[in-house]
Amino acid sequence: MNYKVSFAALTFSVAALASGCASTVEEPAPVPTPTPVATPAPVPTPTPAPAPVVPQGPIPGSLEDFNVNVGSKVYYDVDEYRLDDSDRQVLARQAAWLNAYPSVSILIAGNCDERGTREYNIALGERRAAAAKDYLMGLGISASRIETVSYGKERPTDPRSIPEAWSVNRNAFTQLISGVTG
Amino acid sequence: MKSAVSAIAALLCSLLCLPAYAQDRNVVNITKGTFEAMPMAIPDFSGDTPEAATVGADIAQVIRNDLAGSGLFRMISPDAFVEKNLDIAVLPTFGDWKVINADSLLVGKTIITPTGAMATQFRLFDVFTGKQLYSQEYTVSSRDSWRRMAHIIADDIYEQLTPDSGYFDSRIVYIEESGPKTKRIRRLAIMDQDGANPENLTDGRIEVQTPRFDPSSQTIIYTALVPDARNPLLERRRVYLFDIETGRQEVIGDYGLTSFAARFAPDGQSVAMSLAEDGNSDIYVLDLARRQRTRLTNDPAIDTSPSYSPDGSEIVFTSDRGGSPQLYIMNTDGSDRNCENGPPGKACRVTFGQGSYSTPVWSPRGDLIAFTKQSKGRFEIGVVKTDGTGERSLTSDYLVEGPTWSPNGRVIIFFKESRGGRPSLWSIDLSGRNLKRVPTPGDASDPAWSPVLR
Repeated sequence: MNYKVSFAALTFSVAALASGCASTVEEPAPVPTPTPVATPAPVPTPTPAPAPVVPQGPIPGSLEDFNVNVGSKVYYDVDEYRLDDSDRQVLARQAAWLNAYPSVSILIAGNCDERGTREYNIALGERRAAAAKDYLMGLGISASRIETVSYGKERPTDPRSIPEAWSVNRNAFTQLISGVTG
Repeated sequence: MKSAVSAIAALLCSLLCLPAYAQDRNVVNITKGTFEAMPMAIPDFSGDTPEAATVGADIAQVIRNDLAGSGLFRMISPDAFVEKNLDIAVLPTFGDWKVINADSLLVGKTIITPTGAMATQFRLFDVFTGKQLYSQEYTVSSRDSWRRMAHIIADDIYEQLTPDSGYFDSRIVYIEESGPKTKRIRRLAIMDQDGANPENLTDGRIEVQTPRFDPSSQTIIYTALVPDARNPLLERRRVYLFDIETGRQEVIGDYGLTSFAARFAPDGQSVAMSLAEDGNSDIYVLDLARRQRTRLTNDPAIDTSPSYSPDGSEIVFTSDRGGSPQLYIMNTDGSDRNCENGPPGKACRVTFGQGSYSTPVWSPRGDLIAFTKQSKGRFEIGVVKTDGTGERSLTSDYLVEGPTWSPNGRVIIFFKESRGGRPSLWSIDLSGRNLKRVPTPGDASDPAWSPVLR
């Protein structure tokens, strides 16, 4: 019994995909030379809340100011998204800073360590980012200024496979995505 | 003396159901958990011209690789062959194959026509009974398709000698990874089931994860991080459809929410996926034609990684509603269920073990669910029956994740990363045997097996 099966060679033509520069958000690009612009428009005295006044410190309102004097990350326990006291202190400083610079919008990225599966960690990172966002909103920051994303386990700060790295990699990372003047 | 067919049937059964069944057959020796694969002889196929003979040899090599790679067959070295230069029109000298202990013998011939078409004839013999088990001829319009022809023939042989359907004429879609761990580039890639013909389908400007085939194997669904058009610092995670033929990508289910963990329903008409709203992930079904979504879970816990049963009526998923992440089954139509392990409800809990269960994938046979489990600092790939009984671990390591079933439900491919190492694809037989690397050109993760292509 002979039946014949014919099939065409499979061809794949891969068109160029929607373009877009996927520069990673993890390490925010250095802000264009922080030349001391004639005092940013609606800025009240730009002294970040508990910032130690260092003579040669970061320019108030700059990304460096935020990262050094405020703190961009809060850290979570294993498979947790609850904020502890030190996390709340960091977020309170973020809220004060954001109140001082109302043109700034932020992205909060939820991150996880590598000890979980990809999809579950995306969901967990969503919770972590939302926990930080909710706390900032509770301190009066408008939801319209806060975007969130979950990077799951895909964007570790520390690439090593050791507990110290895992604890650093479980975080909500606040990045300034627009409106930075300094 | 039993035939080769029942020999392999006995072998498979001995691996999975009745350990004693195989003992009356000398080729299948079950001793302390080991077994002997069926010895088989596949000489290079002959050709009507030297050119055709070259292709015939290549075809035979792919068939040998497929069958030996399944772990169920052992290829006898051509050096041992007594009878040479077989003619497909003449019966082999079975005594010559008995003395080298071949159970079965495949003889083939390849013909290239003046128009460039290629035909391959083959005959499968049971050496012990001296009977022909199967014969067939396939024709393709171009000899460029010789690899697929070889896989199709290997599927025929597999189906003749085992109780299962073949799976060699299929492909794997996966993520090709490159770059440092902190700035990984993740491209969509595709290859044949045996690792041949690897090809990248996206260029790395978007970060692609967890691709899966639709039932026609022409469309892939995946989750991607795509930069916002107005602010590239802002990336959004959305589910996309990708057409393999045109390379066109299309967002589905953009509700202004993170969407991820998507899989096709078995009929290809709808998709189950997670949407995260205010940090909470729930499972929805999206009707692709009407673009209408139906919410299936509504729970403050994480609900994700949905996977349909083969008939589409049920969905298994991961939830931490009970504390740790565990597997649950719900009806696709959202109706209440009677649960073996608890009170009736929308979802029945399947697993109760220590540790975290995630990425459940329903077997194409319907009876088993493969999963990733995390416990005691290690990850394992395991299977469990849909009623929660019979949980078995197949393999474990620092990280093993993301099982995907062969189209016949016999083999599982997953990805693995040793501590501080790089991800790569591996396959394992459902019995827990035959763990081996699936070759990829670079680092690879998130494999998904296509249905059989025909």
